[in-house]
Amino acid sequence: MNGFSFNRLRALLRKEWIQVRRDPTTLRMIVALPIMQLLLFGFAINGNPKNLPTGLLIAEPSQYERTLVTAMRNTGYYDIRLLSSEAEGEKGLAAGDLLFVINFPANFDRSVDRGDAPSILVDADATDPSAIGNATAALGQIATALNRDLPSMRQTQTAAPAFQFQVHARYNPEQLTVLNIVPGLICMVLTMSTMFITTLSITRERERGTMENLMAMPVRPIEIMLAKIAPYIVIGYLQVALILVFSAVVFQLPIRGSLPLLMLALGVFIASNLALGLTFSTIAANQMQAQQLAQFTLMPSFLLSGFFFPFRGMPTWAQWIGEIFPTTHAMRIVRGMLLKGNGVYDILPDLWPIALFTVVILGVAVWFYRSTLD
Amino acid sequence: MTDYVIDVHDLCKSFGARRVVDGFTLQVAASEICGFLGANGSGKTTTIRLLCGLLVPDSGSGTCLGLDILREAPKIRQQIGYMTQRFSFYEDLTVVENLELVAGVYEMTDSGAAIDDIIARMGLGDYRSDLAGHLSGGWKQRLALAACVLHRPKLLLLDEPTAGVDVKARREFWDLIHDMAGEGLTVLVSTHYMDEAERCKRLVYLADGRIVVEGTADTLTRESGIVTFEATGEDVDSAARQLRHAPGVEAATVFGRVLHVASTERSGLEQAIHTYKGGALTWREVEPNLEDVFIHQLAAREQPK
Repeated sequence: MNGFSFNRLRALLRKEWIQVRRDPTTLRMIVALPIMQLLLFGFAINGNPKNLPTGLLIAEPSQYERTLVTAMRNTGYYDIRLLSSEAEGEKGLAAGDLLFVINFPANFDRSVDRGDAPSILVDADATDPSAIGNATAALGQIATALNRDLPSMRQTQTAAPAFQFQVHARYNPEQLTVLNIVPGLICMVLTMSTMFITTLSITRERERGTMENLMAMPVRPIEIMLAKIAPYIVIGYLQVALILVFSAVVFQLPIRGSLPLLMLALGVFIASNLALGLTFSTIAANQMQAQQLAQFTLMPSFLLSGFFFPFRGMPTWAQWIGEIFPTTHAMRIVRGMLLKGNGVYDILPDLWPIALFTVVILGVAVWFYRSTLD
Repeated sequence: MTDYVIDVHDLCKSFGARRVVDGFTLQVAASEICGFLGANGSGKTTTIRLLCGLLVPDSGSGTCLGLDILREAPKIRQQIGYMTQRFSFYEDLTVVENLELVAGVYEMTDSGAAIDDIIARMGLGDYRSDLAGHLSGGWKQRLALAACVLHRPKLLLLDEPTAGVDVKARREFWDLIHDMAGEGLTVLVSTHYMDEAERCKRLVYLADGRIVVEGTADTLTRESGIVTFEATGEDVDSAARQLRHAPGVEAATVFGRVLHVASTERSGLEQAIHTYKGGALTWREVEPNLEDVFIHQLAAREQPK
């Protein structure tokens, strides 16, 4: 019984190996999930986002404007569509549907021909500086795009530029990455801390044997579910309060929107995470499986939500997957409310998907919850 | 229709290819204490779970407290107390907190008084504020029983309630059960202890998911046709070793310094005793006990005739 014994180790290893083999579902998950994640993220993530949604405002169609828009399209960074009004552009920027609004001034062609060097206004959503960085830089390349179209007299005067881009970095004029990362972190921290609380809740009852008793009592599944969620919403709020105070004090994060509205939206978000964890707990046969499932959703919540990588830079199918996750919407809500000062109408398009997700996933949990031991 | 508390017919339940309950039919009258006996894996727990709606039978029908076990399981749950084999209350809650949970779930209006009452009755007063996880086995069982009867059920289903509990605690536990049966509660209890079986008004012996014999302890022993002899003297252990395999002997067991042999065939047993050549033993015929009956039943199932 002294020293290190390889025989004892072998006996223990054998027992562990048998136990691993006896749980083929977990084993399958451990093998399949990483492969799925590798494929998913390998194709979805793009550090140099292209085809960014861009709105175009023009006073009247003109030749130079057409040339410039084509040149911008050719950079690959801009996915340009015509807007009908400035208000539409503002709304698009606030909601995150547009990352750029390009505004050609009236009489653009004439101003260029006169040598006035008119400014093309580019409003850029700078909440995520990395999303717009390369696209803004590419504007420099198209400064000479008009040269071919210019009247021959103007073509010779190469010294003075024919026009200029004036980029407004909106919401985050200093383009501080921290202003983008911290609101995202708020959502990520909440996702991790809340989802894992409920992920173990039902499996724990089952493994401890208390589930049988609970089921023998006249309790409805939805009652169990709500009771498992409600207390942790309070705890989630406590976390939110702490995070916001720290963000404001340590990172000088502005809170431009309404605080009560932000809290309400985050309450819905917390509930969605708790419901998701609960569903995993209901579906999984044991705690290990439940945790695997939770981790499986944590990765896309990180990578496809626009937290690390610009959402608009992902392929469309990946954006659709991202749209499913509450974290994606919460991230837009939090960034929008903190940095853009968004109000209730701006966040509604992102709030209802979270609410819908919560209701649907809770329905799944109730559906999978077995009220018998069968 | 009838005033049976439990009235089920032909219940069947399979898990995969294994048929665990196979044509189970039982009637239990009000305020009866019905004992469930049988080997491990004979279907006792599954049957109890079928009765309280925790499992859905593959076929068969019946009522519990006059309510259909298939369609009205939620209503049945409201009126029964089910004590699981494994302690299934919350170890990180105190005794009172566990009871408060139960009272709340059953929507009791007089929960405070009922909890005080049951705590006094079960003698749990000193442990009121102790965590359930810190209680010893016997007190845990008592807490579980208290929690099961708190809402004043009409039917109590107890699945091996006293497994691993000391003799004194078991006796007190059964005194409580008898008290409550006296007040009109119907009890169905599974057990492996013969002394407990003897305290049941009626016994049901299960094997392979069906009832093999049933009746009072007296009827069962009388109708079993078992003959038993006891011997005292030198070296009963070696006598037991030899007789166990002798023809005509079904069982030979030593209890301390007493050898106990049993068989259903008197002549064969007497012959075996007569031909035994060992140390001097003094033989006398005794009444068979329940254990003899059930060992006989078990053996009979193991070796098909």
